[in-house]
Amino acid sequence: MDKIQVKNLNLWYGNFQALKNVSATFAEKKITAIIGPSGCGKSTFLRVLNRMNDLIEGVKTSGQVFIDGENILSQDVDLIALRKKVGMVFQRPNPFPLSVYENIAFGIKIHGLKYTKDTLDAIVENSLREVLLWDDLKDKLHRSALSLSLEQKQRLCIARLLAVKSDVVLMDEPCSALDPQATQRIEELMRELKKHYTIIIVTHNMQQAARVSDDTGFMLLGEMIEFADTHSIFTAPKDRRTEEYITGRYG
Amino acid sequence: MMNVRLKEKIAFFFLFLCTLFIIVPVGMIVVLIIKKGLPALTWQFLTDVPRQGMRAGGIFPAIVGTVYLVTGAVVCALPIGLAAAIYLSEYAKDTLLNRIIKLAIVNLAGVPSVVYGLFGLALFVVWCRFGASILSGSLTLGIMILPIIITASREALEAVPHSFREVSLSLGASKWQTIRHIVLPNAIPGIITGVILGIGRAAGETAPILFTVAAFYLPKLPQSIFDQAMALPYHLYVISTQVPNVDEKIRYGTALVLLSLVLCVNLIAIVIRYRFRKQKKW
Repeated sequence: MDKIQVKNLNLWYGNFQALKNVSATFAEKKITAIIGPSGCGKSTFLRVLNRMNDLIEGVKTSGQVFIDGENILSQDVDLIALRKKVGMVFQRPNPFPLSVYENIAFGIKIHGLKYTKDTLDAIVENSLREVLLWDDLKDKLHRSALSLSLEQKQRLCIARLLAVKSDVVLMDEPCSALDPQATQRIEELMRELKKHYTIIIVTHNMQQAARVSDDTGFMLLGEMIEFADTHSIFTAPKDRRTEEYITGRYG
Repeated sequence: MMNVRLKEKIAFFFLFLCTLFIIVPVGMIVVLIIKKGLPALTWQFLTDVPRQGMRAGGIFPAIVGTVYLVTGAVVCALPIGLAAAIYLSEYAKDTLLNRIIKLAIVNLAGVPSVVYGLFGLALFVVWCRFGASILSGSLTLGIMILPIIITASREALEAVPHSFREVSLSLGASKWQTIRHIVLPNAIPGIITGVILGIGRAAGETAPILFTVAAFYLPKLPQSIFDQAMALPYHLYVISTQVPNVDEKIRYGTALVLLSLVLCVNLIAIVIRYRFRKQKKW
């Protein structure tokens, strides 16, 4: 089933056009990778999907992006509800300078959801279990999240999203700060998470895209050059530029 | 041609000498005031009212007056200053109006203190009919320390990493929730530092309180914010220039109390800033 449909999306930073007529369809409960060289607009594209580009002055967009049938680019869309549904994991693990527990409870508290101490405890436990941190951290819930390892921090950031019941998870180079072993374990986690979540990952690491994703989009200079299932992109690319990129001739 | 290494040594020595020279006046002031003022410091001096035309007794009303005025100034300036700092660092876009506001803050910091005194006299004492009172004095001092509080708070807010704001917003928090729960708690030490620097400034100034609150001689303690009060800097001025034959040790004792008060407050600011820097891990 299609979770997200992007139709003729254009985006300008002032006079610079960063996205050119991008169209794509993202399947529910699958992992889609967006690959491409630095500056091709893949992070910009990702940030359209939860309207994080709104924070930058002078950004204009045109086109349509439907998530669950709702055009999220329309003026009257509820950004708070959108960002609750479409969460984001950033390149640098960025937990708040609070305890592990408070990091996860943050989302529930700001959304004004009703909770008791027991339900909050349960949500924290479930979220940590989902990212496989519970066994490591169950005795350290009130330690500062800044004292964790990089990998644990990134897992915690994912758990923080799951606690607000996101159902789309955007990942912007989530492993670029991690070592190869940690990267491998985060990729395993992604495969686990896709049972319940729609995941879109931006990466400049082609091997990573090939390993974890079901579908892959290749972007170049703001255009979506090719978008297909990962197997065909990597074995039988239709566009010459895609082939040149995945065979390492540039990028 | 002079040897490069010799030039280096001369330059180093000259620069070092100039730097060393800075601590000379500081050291002399502290030594002089302690030496001459310490003999006056008795329990009675700190807790008694001035007697025999301020030639004997203590300075208790002036200490209390200064504490009231400084507290009043912070109560006036902190809410406005903090709110302005939050607006300027979190909401303000780079428009002409906002640039004018920032310029006004810089200029406010450069206004001579005696001008604040006259301004307070015209606005609060006369026009608002508060009379010469703790209220008028606190408001005047409050306006004087406003730029200090705004500048320090803005710096503290802007030092909170951008990524914290970004994550908070990406989790669906509103801008105000982000400020309230993420930005402000991380900026508090810097804001406190600004408040304390403001306290130091407000405690030591004479000119702004001269026309707005300070009493020449008032042996009883103020009963309300509409009363006049004595204050340490003005009392020091009075016993040094307006009253003949005041024992030198009373003058230096008063100066010592004022200096200790300001230095203590500055020391607290330094300790807080130091602990903040040590904790900061991002």
